[in-house]
Amino acid sequence: MTLRAVVGEKVGMTQIFDAENRAVPVTVVKVAPLRVVQVKTPEREGYSALQVTYGFRRAGAVNKPEAGHLAKAGVDAGRRLVELRVDDTEGYAVGQEIDLTVLQAGELVDVTAISKGKGFAGSMKRHHFSGQGAAHGNHKKHRAPGSIGACATPSRVFKGTRMAGRMGAERVTTLNLEVVEADAEREIVLVKGAVPGPRGGLVVIRKALKGGAK
Amino acid sequence: MNPTDLVDRATLRDDIPPFRPGDTVKVHVRVVEGNRERIQVFQGAVLRRQGSGARETFSVRKVSFGVGVERTFPVHSPILAKIEVVSEGDVRRAKLYYLRDRVGKAAKIKERRATR
Repeated sequence: MTLRAVVGEKVGMTQIFDAENRAVPVTVVKVAPLRVVQVKTPEREGYSALQVTYGFRRAGAVNKPEAGHLAKAGVDAGRRLVELRVDDTEGYAVGQEIDLTVLQAGELVDVTAISKGKGFAGSMKRHHFSGQGAAHGNHKKHRAPGSIGACATPSRVFKGTRMAGRMGAERVTTLNLEVVEADAEREIVLVKGAVPGPRGGLVVIRKALKGGAK
Repeated sequence: MNPTDLVDRATLRDDIPPFRPGDTVKVHVRVVEGNRERIQVFQGAVLRRQGSGARETFSVRKVSFGVGVERTFPVHSPILAKIEVVSEGDVRRAKLYYLRDRVGKAAKIKERRATR
């Protein structure tokens, strides 16, 4: 089997106690069995991947193009369609169910999700600027960015200068988190530490790309 | 019901007696020395209970050789062998931080009458 990833939904954070009675912060991710909707091959699509879905969505909430796509595969509509890359599609078929036995406790994973949106955020929150002093006669400029460039030369602001703006709601990958527990029966994965995104958000868990074997 | 209850249920202990700030408790702590385990008792007044569910903690304060010592334990931690409520205190607040500034008789907590 070459599948190295699963998709799930973030449930929330809590803590558990490990064998040495230490409290371990964990994020709970619900990983329902995945159903293969489409197998993408290098011959047809130019790359190898599995299109999967999970969970359940009532038929009325599925739009016509997607309903047709699912009917062709003969797969019930799920929460979302997600594509997972594989090295080799050998051994995978449309309609096949995959559970989270892909993951094992103790191994390192990379977790990808859309982070929480922060709206229009100032430079202190967005770029970790220091802001300005609280005292010394400062007036209404406590969280201002300060200088954004020189004067007559170049007489413009350089592109890419860090300023206030939209923050969050972007694709974020947290590397090398440890799987504390992967329970296929309860459809739950416990990942050590925090995972990007809101509760209920889509989470892709991949085996660690860079982290050494643990 | 919290969404993480499914996971917390295994962590939560049901052998913890009810106790509140102001109570005097004996906390039996498992101490591991090398590969030997023994029980250490920490007796004092409960200063606070904080948090909820699997994350709840409580702090116990005692005065040892004239020095105030406070320890915070997770309520559901497996290192607690046992919690014994020695006496129930009659206090009016949830956090008894004012005890830190008091010594001797002033730091005494009135005992609660059995009528609850």
